[in-house]
Amino acid sequence: MNAPIPNAALNGRAVEPATGAMLTVRIRRDGGFQTFAVARRPAQTILDVVTEIQREQDPTLAYRFACRVGMCGSCAMMVNGRPRWTCRTRVAAVAASDGLTLEPLRNLPVVKDLAVDMEPFFEKWTAAHGAFEPGDAPTVDFAVVAPDSPERRAVDAGIECINCGVCYAACDVVTWNPDYLGPAALNRAWTLVNDVRDRGREARLEAVSGDAGCQSCHTHMSCTESCPKALAPTFAIAGLKRETAKASLRRLGARRFRRSA
Amino acid sequence: MNPLLYVAQRGTAVILAVAVAVHLGTILYAVRGGLTAGEILGRTQGNRAFLAFYGVFVIAAAIHAPIGLRSILREWTGWRGRSLDGAMLAVSALLVVLGLRAALAVYIA
Repeated sequence: MNAPIPNAALNGRAVEPATGAMLTVRIRRDGGFQTFAVARRPAQTILDVVTEIQREQDPTLAYRFACRVGMCGSCAMMVNGRPRWTCRTRVAAVAASDGLTLEPLRNLPVVKDLAVDMEPFFEKWTAAHGAFEPGDAPTVDFAVVAPDSPERRAVDAGIECINCGVCYAACDVVTWNPDYLGPAALNRAWTLVNDVRDRGREARLEAVSGDAGCQSCHTHMSCTESCPKALAPTFAIAGLKRETAKASLRRLGARRFRRSA
Repeated sequence: MNPLLYVAQRGTAVILAVAVAVHLGTILYAVRGGLTAGEILGRTQGNRAFLAFYGVFVIAAAIHAPIGLRSILREWTGWRGRSLDGAMLAVSALLVVLGLRAALAVYIA
């Protein structure tokens, strides 16, 4: 379920650059910006640009990539102020007046140049109980899950996340509140809340509540707008808000019941 | 935000949506024909429906506003912990006292 690549939104603008055209690339490094000039090429991606800079101009430039085809989610960075997969973003779609500004992903500590440390991102994934919880005893039989059940559909809507960190970098709430779990971790938690085989529902709803949890989301929808897989973490978070509210009211009711009994 | 605070804020938002609309509508309606303060007080005095409406309005606002203010202060100032929660309880109490005092004043006046 990949989103259409940005070039689809070109609306007839020329994809092919003029012969000899040059691209001015500003890259954030060492607390400032370093400028490089790179030749425009047909169907050139942002990843092509940084690779060319590293191979031809400055071998010390650090950036991260693996698959080059939008499967691994490791090449994301800020392109002209927006988080994007560099392998799936064509220069022609984003470079206004032959200029390009590349920065490391927002909201994450920089390791070097354009490579960030993803550890806080995955720590939050763990904190949101992002792993499937099978329970103490394995079930005796296969769980029968109807593909068109509402729970399964809710899982399907968010399951394709590949942890690229684009939504996390797009989220202003993460910037304001560094404890906030972020869209990816909450989206993952939502897929597990709807997994009928999972046995960690109550603990997970507890984990995604509170000042670092789903209730802190402002519903700006930056995550949903930026997601290269066209997922909608905002709706996953809204689902978590509903379920955590129901769970807390249930707990409150149970406490009252115990007290009165 | 605790999920119960979330529920309280959303629940009071529903009450406030209606209350604010009635409140503003009444103001616009009352001043349209050039009613004097004395004439308005004459209508509110001893009016239990008026007192009940503004009592609910004030209590809903006193629950709703400090929860939102707490989130804003947490995000913009880094103020956290029990001191913040205590301060928000104080804001809530202040809103209740000032609001109910005003509603009672025009009920008794």
